[in-house]
Amino acid sequence: MSEYFDPYNADRPLMMKCSCGRDHSPADHHAETVADGAARELRARSETAEFEAYSNAFIEATLVKALFPQDEERRRFLRAVGKGTAMAAIASVLPVASLQAMAQEKQGALEKTDLKIGFIPITCATPLIMAHPLGFYSKQGLNVSVTKTAGWALVRDKMINKEYDASHFLSPMPLAISMGLGSNATPMNVATIQNINGQAITLALKHKDNRDPKNWKGFKFGIPFDYSMHNFLLRYYLAEAGLNPDTDVQLRVIPPAEMVANLRAGNIDGFLGPDPFNQRAVFDEVGFIHVLTKDLWNGHPCCAFGTSTEFIQKNPNTFAALYRAVLNAAAMARQPKNRELIAKVIAPSQYLNQPEAVLNQVLSGKFADGLGKIQNVPDRADFDPMPWQSMAVWMLTQMKRWGYVKGEVDYKAVAEKVFLITDARKHMKDLGMEFKAGPTYTKHTIMGKEFDPAKADAYLKSFAISKAA
Amino acid sequence: MKTASLNLRAAVVSLLIFVCFIGIWQLATTGPSIGGSSAGMTAEEIEYAKMMGKDPGAEKSSGFPPPIEVAKASWAHLSDPFYDKGPNDKGIGIQLAHSLGRVGLGFLLAMAVAIPVGFLIGMSPLMRKAFDPFVQVLKPISPLAWMPLALYTLKDSDVSGIFVIFICSVWPMLINTAFGVSAVKREWLNVASTLEVNPLRKAFQVILPAAAPTILTGMRISMGIAWLVIVAAEMLVGGTGVGYFVWNEWNNLSLTNVIFAVLLIGVVGMLLDLMFAQLQKAVTYVE
Repeated sequence: MSEYFDPYNADRPLMMKCSCGRDHSPADHHAETVADGAARELRARSETAEFEAYSNAFIEATLVKALFPQDEERRRFLRAVGKGTAMAAIASVLPVASLQAMAQEKQGALEKTDLKIGFIPITCATPLIMAHPLGFYSKQGLNVSVTKTAGWALVRDKMINKEYDASHFLSPMPLAISMGLGSNATPMNVATIQNINGQAITLALKHKDNRDPKNWKGFKFGIPFDYSMHNFLLRYYLAEAGLNPDTDVQLRVIPPAEMVANLRAGNIDGFLGPDPFNQRAVFDEVGFIHVLTKDLWNGHPCCAFGTSTEFIQKNPNTFAALYRAVLNAAAMARQPKNRELIAKVIAPSQYLNQPEAVLNQVLSGKFADGLGKIQNVPDRADFDPMPWQSMAVWMLTQMKRWGYVKGEVDYKAVAEKVFLITDARKHMKDLGMEFKAGPTYTKHTIMGKEFDPAKADAYLKSFAISKAA
Repeated sequence: MKTASLNLRAAVVSLLIFVCFIGIWQLATTGPSIGGSSAGMTAEEIEYAKMMGKDPGAEKSSGFPPPIEVAKASWAHLSDPFYDKGPNDKGIGIQLAHSLGRVGLGFLLAMAVAIPVGFLIGMSPLMRKAFDPFVQVLKPISPLAWMPLALYTLKDSDVSGIFVIFICSVWPMLINTAFGVSAVKREWLNVASTLEVNPLRKAFQVILPAAAPTILTGMRISMGIAWLVIVAAEMLVGGTGVGYFVWNEWNNLSLTNVIFAVLLIGVVGMLLDLMFAQLQKAVTYVE
């Protein structure tokens, strides 16, 4: 007790309430400081030489992957210019202080330091959000305010209106906005993928004995937005089971929090939604986790971090700094040992406004599935920032498959315009290096079927259920 | 004496209704307590229960919150109304101030447009007929329908919120002003013409006082609508305000805080209405 009531401590106010001066018990104060404490601990971890080395290696690996998606390409390039020059070019986008100063000297200071970044309060936004309390933005010399946004359509509008400098997106959104689907065509770029995996199909408890999707005719499902991986994955999953998602079931666009409320009310039978709302449905005892999207496509992208092409062109240094901050956060979020503390940092009402217990289950991958079992899936949600352009091509094939895009689509042109790999290529050119490596295409396996971005049209034609002609 | 006893009796009945309401609410929401003993459970079952937020000692609200919980939450919010923890977490006082600011601005704009135009329409039967179809079509449009249009054209979410307040509160004021002006007694206008009062003086010293009670009725209705609209608009646009607070707590699926916000919105709306009632009393005259 003396910790709380210490009349001999010069710094303590002499009153019978909390030492912070506010009218609550010291126990309440303790709960409030937990988040601060976790942030402090994470910040300390981020300042160790060990993490810095890890983070640099992580970002370097991401960049090298981005630059050389194909092994032969990488070997050829490294043989041609040598490891040293290649590393110097990559280092120019690394968050190493001295190199950063050097890069800034060469190219001028940050064009804009006060930035407004939007996010939707879901765990997908973790790196973007945690970079704020952990001071990753300020370390890059940026004064960022991360602003909670009421919905995806609003994110789109605020990006087009330039109210936000950069934002959390659903990864198909920048493609759709750039193509003018459901909005004015405004060129947008994906800088990094925020998270991979991390969604699930959640069903109402009354369906716990009806797990075969073939029997789901007439079901009503919630999805967060038309141009979302959630929509495309759910449609894919249903179509694989022989259901036509346009005629056999109803798909409704519902904000995630309302998905849980609607599930409770029995208005929908299930949803493919972002976490933490899958886990929240379990926590609130209204639903169970039927399948993780990880089991449909392991490593699928979900949300992205991006901005408008105009912003990048006007503020290249600011963008590079922002990019470094978010990559740093992704490196930290990637380490499982940090996840428990991250859950504490992003739980308060300022960020996700969710029970810490729920976030912890989502991020740690050890979770209650709603059917009485504890499951242990460490990569239930993960953070791999690499924006493979092949992923963009897949999204485009699905947009075409379900009739969001009509006519011919030049998959590769759109993918390469929107999914920015990094500005490392530009830096290489600045250093006078000839750079020939191609764009980043790789094959993916989705529900056991291989997707080869080089044969996108054949892939599209191979589906029995499809709206594409 | 008789009115006093009526007031007293009304107060007693109000109190009774209130107590019954709270009592029924309390009874309806008293369920079996969660948690309980962990005896006879395997280690995994205990861990599962913990993951569901049911470990002994943990507070987890499931279902509809009882009144005592709402009271506690209300006290917590009201005892520290002006904290500011960054752009996404501000005290309820700050949120209210944002909402009231938006409502005030939109309402003033609506006044600036509705009262002059209402005067014009009220004075001239031609204008009234000409304007009528527009007013009738625009009046019933919901604020939520205006929002996408506003966002698209005004390109600023704050301005859009104010615009929506403006566009929704302009009509009752306009219609009431027009009605009030057109209903000014012929004799008074005739007296004014006989005395050769100039038009400006006629407007301010004859028509305005005569129409003031009707105009204020319009303003009172408009203020009610504006307060209704702001909550919906802020839920859509987010950022700050009481509507954002409700949305944010909805996102958290916290019924307790939503109930608190709903009560607060009701109380503030009532205070605004009382304010206009007082103003109305001040301008009412007896013939």
